[in-house]
Amino acid sequence: MTQSVVVQVGQCGNQIGCRFWDLALREHAHVNKKGLYDEALGSFFRNVDSRNRDGGACGVGGRIQHLKARAVLVDMEEGVVNEILQGPLRDVFDSAQLLTDVSGSGNNWAVGHLTYGSAYRDQIVDKLRKAAEHCDCLQCFFLIHSMGGGTGSGLGTRVLGLLEEEFPEVCRIVTSIYPSAEDDVITSPYNSVLAMRELTEHADCVLPVENQSMVDIVNKIKLMSHGAKLGSMIRRDSTVISGQGGLSGPEKPFDAMNNIMANLLLNITSSARFEGSLNMDLNEIAMNLVPFPRLHYLVPSLTPLYTLADVSVPTRRLDQMFSDAFSKDHQLIRADPKHSLYLACALMVRGNVQVSDLRRNIERLRPSLPFVSWNQEGWKTGLCSVPPVGHTHSLLALANNTCVKPTFMELRERFTKLYRKKAHLHHYLHVEGMEQSFFSEAITSLSSLIEEYHQLDSTKARLIPDAPRLSIAR
Amino acid sequence: MSIVTVQLGQCGNQVGQELFDIICSDAVEGQRKTYSTCSCERFFRQSSHGELTARAVLIDMEPKVISHSMTKAAKSGRWRYGEHSHFSQKQGSGNNWANGFCVHGPRHRDVVEELVRQEVECCDRLAGFMPIMSVAGGTGSGVGTYVTQCLRDIYPTSFILNHLTWPYGTGEVIVQNYNSVLTLAHLYQLSDAIVVHENDTVHRICSQLLNIKHISFSDINRVIAHQLGSVLQPALSADSHRVYSRNPVGELVSSLVCHPEYKLLGVCTIPNMPSSSIAYSTFSWPGLLKHLRQMLISNSKMEEGIDWQVRPPSGSGWPRNPTGGGSFNTSLANLLILRGKDVYSAETGGFEDPALYTSWLLPEQALTMWKSPVSFNKYEKSATLVSNSQALLRPLDDMVGKAWNMFASRAYMHQYIKFGISEEDFLDSFTSLEQVISSYSQLC
Repeated sequence: MTQSVVVQVGQCGNQIGCRFWDLALREHAHVNKKGLYDEALGSFFRNVDSRNRDGGACGVGGRIQHLKARAVLVDMEEGVVNEILQGPLRDVFDSAQLLTDVSGSGNNWAVGHLTYGSAYRDQIVDKLRKAAEHCDCLQCFFLIHSMGGGTGSGLGTRVLGLLEEEFPEVCRIVTSIYPSAEDDVITSPYNSVLAMRELTEHADCVLPVENQSMVDIVNKIKLMSHGAKLGSMIRRDSTVISGQGGLSGPEKPFDAMNNIMANLLLNITSSARFEGSLNMDLNEIAMNLVPFPRLHYLVPSLTPLYTLADVSVPTRRLDQMFSDAFSKDHQLIRADPKHSLYLACALMVRGNVQVSDLRRNIERLRPSLPFVSWNQEGWKTGLCSVPPVGHTHSLLALANNTCVKPTFMELRERFTKLYRKKAHLHHYLHVEGMEQSFFSEAITSLSSLIEEYHQLDSTKARLIPDAPRLSIAR
Repeated sequence: MSIVTVQLGQCGNQVGQELFDIICSDAVEGQRKTYSTCSCERFFRQSSHGELTARAVLIDMEPKVISHSMTKAAKSGRWRYGEHSHFSQKQGSGNNWANGFCVHGPRHRDVVEELVRQEVECCDRLAGFMPIMSVAGGTGSGVGTYVTQCLRDIYPTSFILNHLTWPYGTGEVIVQNYNSVLTLAHLYQLSDAIVVHENDTVHRICSQLLNIKHISFSDINRVIAHQLGSVLQPALSADSHRVYSRNPVGELVSSLVCHPEYKLLGVCTIPNMPSSSIAYSTFSWPGLLKHLRQMLISNSKMEEGIDWQVRPPSGSGWPRNPTGGGSFNTSLANLLILRGKDVYSAETGGFEDPALYTSWLLPEQALTMWKSPVSFNKYEKSATLVSNSQALLRPLDDMVGKAWNMFASRAYMHQYIKFGISEEDFLDSFTSLEQVISSYSQLC
């Protein structure tokens, strides 16, 4: 089986990463009853015998000794990483996997990307190589970072470039956290747009996640669990925001939100880790969902958000899960895929679901979903038999859909507002290696991306005739 | 003579396993020594203790499916796969034909060729090769095409019969039509004959004829294996002088593929029913053959919902509707295989009607018949028709049309270019398939 390495950069990236490792351990503990180190565990963890000084990795099939995360943690301040090292997850990492500085990037993309990017380049590459050497078949890098700050957006996208340079054949899937409109970081539009260009050029797939959508989902679930209509009690451990059953103690403020993204990563990799009647390998995601290299932004949605404690009609609930995946309030960015244009769509199902359920629901939903003319049957499906903890079944939908356009346009607008006044520009231009052309090129790149989505959108209303076929001379 | 089977990719390895299972259980059943000896020689090596080992090479780019198939075979207790005749890697081809054909295929060429050579050396006489694969994914289609090409290079005079599974119309893979076009266009140059099963058709057989409620992939594969087995098991041909014909692949190719422009073969069998109902059913040869003939000319692939209105055109030169649509299905050549009780009393005149065939081939050249008094797979009487006709024109045309539409906007092209397949390669493939479509639709 193949392995993946998680690279978490910056405060946000590390906090999400931390939740991911906790929930990943919880999930495998739930499935793996024998305490043996199996292929599934091996995809994210090494099994290390600590008595063995020379690394001492144990093969598949033996007892679990010490599990070490296949991860590289990068932050330019110490706070979050230190917290992880003092917390219950400390044993999952060792110091060779960490890279920290003390002074932070000051919410400045250029400091992260150029200053730290150059200073730590060799160290980062070294740590990535070490992580890669521990894998016998490395398939994918998962990069987790935020777009608004300095380290996550600047150094994070620099790491992305390094991954492409060093491991051109390994798939790069990036989870990017987009800032809310009323973000407290004043330079976040600059950082985001500068980072966007790197994502567009160097990532295989980007899963955009918006802060505001996370907040909305958390509030919705909290309302459900407190609102307590009689008979609709939510099972506490079943929500996508719950960390119950994990190692960490009392919940910290952002844990609920971060658990959503941790679950996103667990579900996207489930089919590569566990058995299923229709496997979906990680390298099939980009192959099926990315028709044009730059248009690789895949809008994720997770359903169900929670499982009700009472047992209602299962089939209805199952069909509801499929319907919800396309509704506005289950998307992890603020977007409405149903009223935009689909280029392609993947349904990754976990748990007790049959091929016939999948076919029935695709047939049911298809008429209401607009697909681009040349990909009317643009569905990719995967069936994994192991459900997430606390659920009988779950669904992750990944939509390559033009509904990302408004988010990008809003970002461009906020960027332009600052840039027109040249506000804060000098902070960036002071940084060695930074030039104003970075800004103009980044905004051009974003504009042309928006234009590409726009072009596709404009084909939506029109009836596109079939392309005239080649004719054969008789 | 012996056939060496090459199972490629997830689909190929699953279908192949079901095929050997059906053939083995059919061959060892009852008192029919010559039949079972002949069948075993075709598909199995026999150790001095009488253990049967499939003459097969298993190839996949990921390990899960192969190990599953090998375990299933070993569990049957009747036969198994060769201990070393398999090859797998850790990471699949990711639904990308180019990755399979340009990267994985060449990279593992030597290992695969060696495995095939070892299997060939175990045959006293080699009848030919049968690669089994799907056209939708990356490994079966891409690596499968590459391996077929290697076989053609190394064994230029051996017969190669490809068995292909065509995907559901709305599929599990978004780029399936691209992968299919590339596979078919290449195989058309390499293969002697291409036998096709469509998932959609088989799915309908499972739901409407076999009454299976929750259809799984193994149900589908079992139907395919049944149909394929009924073609490949020993049978007597007109000039075989009461000896089971020796080279099924060669005879099939020479009787059905008389022109290199036409090598797509469809298969249909009759009857199909749940095994629980077989005991309560009676079959008569006139009834079976009447249905089978109408299935052929009206191009319905199962015995339910046949359009009985379709009639062969009267007189030659009658204008025929090229792409079908409830219209008459013209055959180039047919192979009719009858198995079971009273097989020599069956009246097959309906298939000798010249109106069924093209004007440029005499009915006695176009129709071949194989018979065996041994019944197959629980059915007292059964008939199978392998047909080189317009039956696959519609699905082929759909497939090429959808791929062409996608190609017009150059969608997904970068994924293929990355591994060395260019737009020109695509255009070449489209051109050669349009040629095939044109040839079949002109058939009269």
